[in-house]
Amino acid sequence: MERFVYADNAATTKISKPVLDAMLPYLTEQYGNPSSLYRFGNQAKRAIETARKEVADVLNADPFEIIFTGGGSESDNWLKEIMHSLKKKGKHHMITSVVEHHALLHSAQRLEKDGFEVTYLPVDHEGQIDPEAVRQAIRPETGLVSIMFANNEIGTLYPIEQIGAICRQAGVLFHTDAVQAAGHVKIDVKQMNIDLLSLSAHKFHGPKGVGAFYCRRGIPLTNLIDGGAQERGKRAGTENVAGIVGLGAALRIANEELEQTSAKVSAMRDRLIDGILTTIPQCRLNGPRQNRLPGNCNISFLGVEGESLLLRLDLAGIAASSGSACASSSLDPSHVLLAIGLPHEVAHGSVRFSLSDFNTEDDVTYILEKLPEIVSTLRSMSPLWEEMQKGQVSFEQ
Amino acid sequence: MMYSDKVWDHFSNPRNVGEIADADGVGEVGNATCGDIMKIYLKIDNGIITDAKFKTFGCGAAIATSSMATEMIKGKPISEALKLTNKAVVEALDGLPPVKVHCSVLAEQAIKHALADYYRRNGIDPTPFVGELKEEEACHVH
Repeated sequence: MERFVYADNAATTKISKPVLDAMLPYLTEQYGNPSSLYRFGNQAKRAIETARKEVADVLNADPFEIIFTGGGSESDNWLKEIMHSLKKKGKHHMITSVVEHHALLHSAQRLEKDGFEVTYLPVDHEGQIDPEAVRQAIRPETGLVSIMFANNEIGTLYPIEQIGAICRQAGVLFHTDAVQAAGHVKIDVKQMNIDLLSLSAHKFHGPKGVGAFYCRRGIPLTNLIDGGAQERGKRAGTENVAGIVGLGAALRIANEELEQTSAKVSAMRDRLIDGILTTIPQCRLNGPRQNRLPGNCNISFLGVEGESLLLRLDLAGIAASSGSACASSSLDPSHVLLAIGLPHEVAHGSVRFSLSDFNTEDDVTYILEKLPEIVSTLRSMSPLWEEMQKGQVSFEQ
Repeated sequence: MMYSDKVWDHFSNPRNVGEIADADGVGEVGNATCGDIMKIYLKIDNGIITDAKFKTFGCGAAIATSSMATEMIKGKPISEALKLTNKAVVEALDGLPPVKVHCSVLAEQAIKHALADYYRRNGIDPTPFVGELKEEEACHVH
């Protein structure tokens, strides 16, 4: 390996130094249980409440409305509880989209097994949703709409404010899975009429294993995890103090630096996208060119398969991910890529690079240097590419 | 998912990549929808496989098994190539993750298809030798 270029920040991010420094005391000397009565425990409790305020401030919410969880998946799973409560008021219908993260989709599927009705709104060729489609899908028995803030695979940014307004007007709760967006784009739950929101620390240079669920005051919330009285009785279990402290610090810092980080990372992303599209033939960008997450670059390389691309990238010291069936442990191709209309073979050839503030211009240059050779080597080995060259098969672009 | 060193070796330095212009038997299996296509070319003289080449559209395991399978039949008589099982290829590679074992089945199938093609070109019914061959392999069921 010549060098290591980590270009998979959508999968997870490195903990930044200030975040690590904020966490360390709670992994070493400040090990008190926040629920304990003595001062040693109170210190830990105070740290959690500071983190809670940090998260609330970034979202323009009230600290009361922030509950710490074990991550984005757990936060998304809370929707099952919300829907069960809503069913008692005659609301048994939920609206979401086909491109949500599996934590949300599988929760929705479980609700369907429990007798709920779920509408999965389709997306266009860039993964985008028309707010009108949400409005039209709302029925008297709709209790909840859940649309992600930004898509993890292809970076599409959703019209959350418009959707929020529609839901507020219709008297329907609005949840957004902001796991990929928090810390990278501005979120204002009041302005955007967001009632519920999920986020996860390890996507914005915080630690893994901790997230938050925002639930607007006044919305009844039943527990996913029963037990002790932590998180005002809503989420039992001794708190992951260091993780929560890390989450708060990471989100605060990400928000403070958001404009400048976003500009820097978007510029690198654009250079990467443009560089790939101009130097490698027969490839296509997945997702919108403009309205996408600052670090996200998802490209399908026709005629080659994603896992083999990732392995060759790995041999060159580059970490990325893919929507190929072979690259997933479930052996299913990316549901997002299929939802935007890609034929399977094009979905199989996709690679997602996702940059962060920790990437450099040299990283982008290095990827652009190594990628063409990797693609052409795999193409020279591919019977599919051979057929494409002979004009025996082609894919609409 | 962990690949063995042997798999990594055959993936990063695959043996026998390419085509044979005047091949005596060609077999192609899999399909692009599934994300796996293997094409095997054979040169056969006096019942011996004197050369074998492959082209593969697929994952690391697919490429490694193609490479290993072609290595295992090169220089061997047809009768031995007919006996090649996916299990033997997997063992030769020091194992594959369970979800990737189906790639080795594709390699065994591709060789059988190539041999069937050789028999047909020589006016011989391949069925007694290669058995009933499925035309299109369905994607792995899960």
